[in-house]
Amino acid sequence: MARAFTPKVITSNLLLSGDAVWFTANDTWSGDIAEAEFLTDEAHAELRLLEANAQTGVMVGAYLADAKLGDAGPVPTHFREDFRTRGPSNYAHGKQVETNV
Amino acid sequence: MYKYNDFDEAFVRERVAQFRGQVERRIDGSLTEDEFKPLRLMNGLYLQLHAYMLRVAVPYGTLNSKQMDMLAHLAETYDKGYGHFTTRQNIQYNWPELRDVPDMLSDLADVEMHAIQTSGNTIRNVTADHFAGAAADEVADPRPVAELLRQWSTDHPEFQFLPRKFKLAVTGAAADRAVIKAHDIGIRILERDGVRGYEILVGGGLGRTPMIGKVLHDFLPEADLLPFIEATVSVWNRLGRRDNKYKARIKITVHEHGIEEIRRLVDERFAEIRPTFNGVDQEVLREIEAQFAAPEFRTDGVDDYDIAYADNPLFRSWADTNLSEHRADGYAIVSISIKKHGATPGDATADQMRVMADLARKYGHDELRISHEQNVILPHVHKSDLPALYLALRAADLATANIGLASDIIACPGMDYCALATARSIPVAQEIATRFDELKIEHDIGALKIKISGCINACGHHHVGHIGILGLDRAGVENYQITLGGDHTETAAVGERAGPGFSADDIVPAIERLVLGYMDLRDSADETFIETYRRLGAVPFKDILYPKEAANAA
Ligand code: HEM
Ligand code: SF4
Repeated sequence: MARAFTPKVITSNLLLSGDAVWFTANDTWSGDIAEAEFLTDEAHAELRLLEANAQTGVMVGAYLADAKLGDAGPVPTHFREDFRTRGPSNYAHGKQVETNV
Repeated sequence: MYKYNDFDEAFVRERVAQFRGQVERRIDGSLTEDEFKPLRLMNGLYLQLHAYMLRVAVPYGTLNSKQMDMLAHLAETYDKGYGHFTTRQNIQYNWPELRDVPDMLSDLADVEMHAIQTSGNTIRNVTADHFAGAAADEVADPRPVAELLRQWSTDHPEFQFLPRKFKLAVTGAAADRAVIKAHDIGIRILERDGVRGYEILVGGGLGRTPMIGKVLHDFLPEADLLPFIEATVSVWNRLGRRDNKYKARIKITVHEHGIEEIRRLVDERFAEIRPTFNGVDQEVLREIEAQFAAPEFRTDGVDDYDIAYADNPLFRSWADTNLSEHRADGYAIVSISIKKHGATPGDATADQMRVMADLARKYGHDELRISHEQNVILPHVHKSDLPALYLALRAADLATANIGLASDIIACPGMDYCALATARSIPVAQEIATRFDELKIEHDIGALKIKISGCINACGHHHVGHIGILGLDRAGVENYQITLGGDHTETAAVGERAGPGFSADDIVPAIERLVLGYMDLRDSADETFIETYRRLGAVPFKDILYPKEAANAA
């Protein structure tokens, strides 16, 4: 039996800056995962991934990442994706100190 | 120092111009990412977790002050004011923007540097001892041989489609500082009865299946080097497992066929191709040697050094820890620690790079080196200049006296930057160094190599650390596995897994317990961690790491 689908968001890195971004319901890319479209249906998620991947002029390498709903919107469930929302732990660099696109 | 010839210069300039065009075409949409990706990788540009990363080559880890100044300029202009020196003897920038990268490459070309990566299944960069040309225990400078091998293997028609990538390392000294036993081929320059030759090791490597290289030839005559290496690569090219990328490296071929069989096949192939080498390679080698000629060493007295050493305990501690013996009288090799306690191993600010460049100009015959242990070396400093040099290092926060000690930790970027990582490694290194500094016991502990990788690729060389730490993802949580008894030197060994992994919270206390436990186990303050481990075996160390299990078993 196939594994049950767990909720997802679509994420990638911006072409010019390399910054981590998330795909919104309006087909835009946000630097804040809370603004991402929360995907609970597998077929819809696959379709949205195709649509996201069509935007190759803007970003690089979109993929589905596990997420759950927090107070303000989607939040990551895995620590790797969590780091991508903040930046490195050895310096206050990246998203943790910069306002996003 | 090696100078670009006209060919190199034109080639690098042309590559920069090409890449500038490729970046423009990617941005305007005429190149897809699938088309662009191999091009950017060839130019050292990777996409990491938070940004692009540019990897700049430092061949043989050798730099002059102008080049170091340029690295500082790049850090300041295109990055966040720092750069990261790595175990591959290169420097990485963690925050460049795509549009800026062609300018970075053009700036590098101004000082005869580049970010071109040998990629694909070819003979990769040849590495050499970072004390090359300076070490007291050296038979010969290994860099000319390394450069000869590079020139010969680049564009060698037979070796463009090898089963897998292939890495060589060369040392000219008895002490192995180039980890030659963890390379596909390791070469050591030897002298017997006044005649020069090479010891050839084969089949070493880290990563998924760590192996220590085996002796293929114990004394190869000088003129036979290229045909012998060619014969070796050629035998592997025929036998190598192209069916499975994890089994394709020569270490697996050697393991599967046995070193005797490999030696027989290499000898056979060597006999066929030796006559086709007409000695031109030896002439080329002599020309390359001239380019790596040693500087004119001074012959002044060293009184100033002796006085400072006697009078200043801080200077003495630094000198005892960070200096190595030079082959010229009155000189020392200075290792500048890029491992200040609590800082990121291998990270230097633009200002620090400029200070190091200045010191090389003033006191170091204009030479710097990057070591695979992520430190910066001034290979040729006259001892009378050391007191002044030390003061300048202190002022730049570069005088940490910890070379070879517990806080001189190798750590790969791990999940703070690297897209392939399964866990973080930098914070673990920072916390261990901070903890040992708080305890003020580093100098009592003595020589100790702690090496940390953030995934199985082993960029942090954890397999050959006396204490190795491998960060893994266990059911969505960072988990750290400890290996014990590894060794990266001429007595190389792969560390043994100690037992179950530790959580991010438990790994630093576990390392502390292990090191304090060793201090109780050693038979004197002179017995190092690795010596005690070899004398007693793994069991007492495992009991220290896992006290509950030890108590249950008792
Ligand atoms: C951050 C981006 C990096 C990426 C994506 C990366 C990727 C890899 C990969 C995939 C391998 C395994 C190659 C193979 O055998 O197939 C590897 C090996 C290696 N890496 Fe990295 N690496 C990175 C950074 C570094 C850094 C910063 C260092 C030095 C501190 C380093 C040093 C090494 C070394 C020495 C090996 C060879 C291990 C062996 O002997 O097999 N890498 N790297
Ligand atoms: S060991 Fe793994 S995590 Fe560390 S730099 Fe290499 S590929 Fe990245």
